[in-house]
Amino acid sequence: MSELKKWYELPVGGLIIEPGSAVKYKTGSWRTFKPVLDRSKCNDCLICWIYCPDNSILVNDGKMVGFDYDHCKGCGICAEVCPDKAKAISMVLEHQ
Amino acid sequence: MKVMALTGNEAVAEAMRQINPDVVAAYPITPQTELMHKFAEFVADGLVDTEMVLVESEHSALSATVGASAAGVRAMTATSSQGLALMWEILYIAAGLRLPIVMAVVNRALSAPINIHGDHSDTMGARDSGWIQIFSENAQEAYDNTIIAVRVAEHPEVLLPVMVTMDGFIISHTMERVEVLDDEVVRNFIGEYNPRYKLLDVENPVTFGPLDLQDYYFEHKRAQAEAMENAYRFIKEVDEEFYKISGRRYQYVEPYEIDDADVVLISLGSTAGTIKDVVDNLRLKGMRVGALKIRLYRPFPRDEVIEYLSNASVIGVMDRAIAFGAPYGPVCLDVKSVLQGTKFSELPVVNYIYGLGGRDIRPGDIERIFIELDKVRISGEVPKSPRFIGVRGEEDYFEKVKRLVKN
Amino acid sequence: MIEIRWHGRGGQGVKTASLLFAETSIEEGKYAQGFPEYGPERMGAPVKGFTRIDDKPIRIHSGIENPQVVVVLDQTLLETIDVTEGMPDDGVLIINTELTPKQVREKFGIKRGKIYTVNATKIALETIGKPIPNTVMLGALIRVTGVLDLDTLLKNIAKKFSRRYSQKIIEGNIQAIKKAFEEVKEE
Repeated sequence: MSELKKWYELPVGGLIIEPGSAVKYKTGSWRTFKPVLDRSKCNDCLICWIYCPDNSILVNDGKMVGFDYDHCKGCGICAEVCPDKAKAISMVLEHQ
Repeated sequence: MKVMALTGNEAVAEAMRQINPDVVAAYPITPQTELMHKFAEFVADGLVDTEMVLVESEHSALSATVGASAAGVRAMTATSSQGLALMWEILYIAAGLRLPIVMAVVNRALSAPINIHGDHSDTMGARDSGWIQIFSENAQEAYDNTIIAVRVAEHPEVLLPVMVTMDGFIISHTMERVEVLDDEVVRNFIGEYNPRYKLLDVENPVTFGPLDLQDYYFEHKRAQAEAMENAYRFIKEVDEEFYKISGRRYQYVEPYEIDDADVVLISLGSTAGTIKDVVDNLRLKGMRVGALKIRLYRPFPRDEVIEYLSNASVIGVMDRAIAFGAPYGPVCLDVKSVLQGTKFSELPVVNYIYGLGGRDIRPGDIERIFIELDKVRISGEVPKSPRFIGVRGEEDYFEKVKRLVKN
Repeated sequence: MIEIRWHGRGGQGVKTASLLFAETSIEEGKYAQGFPEYGPERMGAPVKGFTRIDDKPIRIHSGIENPQVVVVLDQTLLETIDVTEGMPDDGVLIINTELTPKQVREKFGIKRGKIYTVNATKIALETIGKPIPNTVMLGALIRVTGVLDLDTLLKNIAKKFSRRYSQKIIEGNIQAIKKAFEEVKEE
């Protein structure tokens, strides 16, 4: 997080005038569990990408490539929705 | 310029026609109804381009106005009494979001008991809500103040909503002579509205009203307080520009026969006019009396009040509202607080509460106030105040209470 | 400054008359105020209206307590209320009645002021076709007070009414005002 601004430096009326500024707020530190991908089991169905509430599934060229750990809050939805046949995502304790 | 015979409501509707706001959202309430009725006629007749939003309550009226203003257009509304009370929550939102909304408030008493007539209870309750408040003495001022308010609200250093008030019925329903500016002149004066941030500007997305916690809320409120300070600084510039197009010069306060006045009576709204007539009469009888009308009530004209009171020996303050539980009426609280700490802090100030629920304030009532204040000047004995003027029972109540206690 | 008080019953056009007279005066270049007394508005209940006219700006915004001129649109009000209340001794009463000023004074025991009468209801029925006396009384009022010019008033009525009423009604009103102007009886 950047340094807190002074009152006369702020935009009028409490407005947020920088689109997408939420990306600056690193919510990754909130995690207790973190998702881990077993690439060998993943078939790139991208259901996790659809469900992730924090837009933290990284996809490159149609392929699931991992997680945005700066913003992933460790909610576990991706692991939950990963199809039973694959079970490519598992949740592990943050500091393991 | 043309001369028209208009009621206060019609005069403000006429100003709104000339302002031609993009959106007006309103709900009818006596005595504001006629104002919106007249403006709705302008909409129906195609004389304005306004999108008129008819809503189901005043809470919705101001909410829709806030939405339109945030979206990036010029938005106005009008209300009275309970309507203003119902807008409460949104008043603070409009001010906090720094939206330059202009709202006509046709002053009326607050329930209960229900009463449709003029007093200042409604506006006084909103005096700390972050809105600029401008009071009008007559229909002409209501018209002029409405046009001025647009420029004040939209001033880039201000960006605050403005209430323009007039006394219910006494001004709103009285037909008077009003000088109406040419449409072109008003249009040039207010100019194009071009806000810096618009919610509907998808090329430059912004967020209005996000969560604001311990880390920033206070800073935003501090900035809002500064906007009021800026209003205090810049409204006189707008007034001066308005003088150039209209020949009518407005000040934050209007002194009347004050230079050599020993006794000065302070008031707001239509009563200020009646007081001027009384001042003339008493001066013919040799009394050195004067008056001070407060036109800009929020931000409070602290320097001007001190400046004009500096020659007075006694001050009377007229309040058309009660601040229940406070030591004085709202205007008197302000006057006393600005005198505090100056060399005038020892000036005797007597507070008069009058005219609630539209109770007529007559020249005779005002004359008696001046005479009482003159006695204070001579004797130096300041009566306990607030004093209630024109209410039955006030003359013998304290005697009676004493008797009751004895028995 | 001249101050006028109008008495009538709800539905007789007291508000219209008090405001119309102010409006006409303003269009004549004068300063004026016209305002009704608002209360519980019921058809038939006694109502009041007020008009102030002056050559300089009017600053007072109190009710009118001491009208120099009192206009009564309905004779039956004389039985129930004191229409002379607050009126100075040299005030003027203009009453819609079939009686003469002398008869009115005797019948209702009016002690003060100068009385004028005009049968405005009859004139209204003959010219407008409805027993609405308000505009008719304007004719009597300007005759008695001389504050406005008859032609100006007629022009203003024609203009103001043209938005809402047929030519026939406008013509009727103009005839009514002229008639009242001519027929008003002096004491």
